Amino acid sequence: MNSFSWMQYDFMKYAFLAVLIIAPLFGLMGTMIVNRKMAFFSDALGHSALTGIAVGLVFGVNNTDLSMVVFAIVFALLLNQISSKVASSTDTVISVFSSFSIALGLAILSKGGNFSRYSSLLVGDILSITEEEILYLVLIFIITILFWIICFNKLLAVSLNRTLAGSRHIPAAWMENLFAVLTALIVMVSIKWVGILIINALLILPAAASRNISENMREYHFFSILFSLFSSVLGLFISYYVNVATGPSIVIIASFIYFITYGWGRKNNR
Amino acid sequence: MIKPCGLHCIKVNHLGVTLGHQVILEDVNLHIHCGSLNVVIGPNGAGKSTLIRAILGETEHTGKIEFKDRENGRIQKLKIGYVPQSLNVEKQTPVSVYDMIAAYQSNCPVFLRKSKKLRERILEHLKIFEADYLLDQQVCNLSGGELQRVLLSMAIMDSPNLLLLDEPVSGIDKNGMDLFYKTIYQLKEHYDLAVILISHDLDYVKRYADKVILLNKRVLKQGSVKEVFRSDAFSEIFRQEKEEEDK
Repeated sequence: MNSFSWMQYDFMKYAFLAVLIIAPLFGLMGTMIVNRKMAFFSDALGHSALTGIAVGLVFGVNNTDLSMVVFAIVFALLLNQISSKVASSTDTVISVFSSFSIALGLAILSKGGNFSRYSSLLVGDILSITEEEILYLVLIFIITILFWIICFNKLLAVSLNRTLAGSRHIPAAWMENLFAVLTALIVMVSIKWVGILIINALLILPAAASRNISENMREYHFFSILFSLFSSVLGLFISYYVNVATGPSIVIIASFIYFITYGWGRKNNR
Repeated sequence: MIKPCGLHCIKVNHLGVTLGHQVILEDVNLHIHCGSLNVVIGPNGAGKSTLIRAILGETEHTGKIEFKDRENGRIQKLKIGYVPQSLNVEKQTPVSVYDMIAAYQSNCPVFLRKSKKLRERILEHLKIFEADYLLDQQVCNLSGGELQRVLLSMAIMDSPNLLLLDEPVSGIDKNGMDLFYKTIYQLKEHYDLAVILISHDLDYVKRYADKVILLNKRVLKQGSVKEVFRSDAFSEIFRQEKEEEDK
């Protein structure tokens, strides 16, 4: 078997390209999501994709992708607002809203027994990505990199201590909301290819693994992006040669990296 | 180093904070001179931390805060340095001291590269508090005293006119406390700034404070250590506190 046989297929070429764009993005965003303990937040966002589609259907929107993105952005801002206002613990609040939203989505989409049409969204299929859709990914890639270069310091400052950031005239609420919106955008643009069930794993695992072995922000970002790229590319090829779904094989590899770095970190840090 | 000129002052006029229907602070009037150490004391729930947050502008408040030249009454923009009680860092957070200070002080993205110029500037300020050896350590591995010194270095980097310290002495041993108060004392002696410090430790307050403010929703008494410690309001409040502790 020629090791470059996959290059003959357009779908593999596109998938490879898409992975090269999505993986670093997830590695990058993951660092802040893990730092801010927002794993549950991004998970809830992923689940809200179903609701977005359902809401789009109810209002007769032709392009349900659009309603999905809009709903996710509104949902993200709402979650941010509520968790800063309500006194009870944040994960309880997020859980309540997440459950409600997913139940609503499932109820609407399953009406008339048609849910199987949407079940592909659960696992995702990166092999079905088209050229045009890759352009969207490139666009969001550029936006994210710009945001990161301009806002990362401020975001970090806010996450360390809000009041201290405020005393330095850093607009904490703005930063938090922008970050939530960007997370929503990235999750929604990539959810079809990655799948609702595993998208959060891809956001969290590379950063969590990197955290095990990093001592500063440069190492943290470098390893997170490296792990994300490595597991995504390897996962894609394994799925091609072994014929299993791409998302899960990526997650399995990323998990192994996490276990290894965990062991390594424990041995070397204490 | 700049000697305190004694010519600037910060005036807090009729400051009040109400959250919902609950009055947290009312009619607080303070007059703070540069080069002075002002210590706020009071029972738990007296509104001490709220006062700090109101001065910082984080909590909505009524009343005015003015920063004036005493000579010609010109009003200037007040630069505030703030030292928080704690940071949100857990074990294994990959944030080094450089990362933290750079995040607050500069726009050079800390995830990309370390700026040499900024590094030098940070080191220079860390040295003032004998904390330069901590530059590349993870913030989560610092002891309470080390973190305090790092935060102080950061707070004075912009040469503020006013330094706000929110109960910074929790989790520090006696040697650390001595060092802390000595550094604060030096700071206000050698830099042109005023310090407002929230403290629980009356022994240290007695030794180091220039002015004491006894707060419980409103200012019950303010003045020199002697004046406040001998006042009726003081013995009233701290007798109650002591009785509660004894129970």
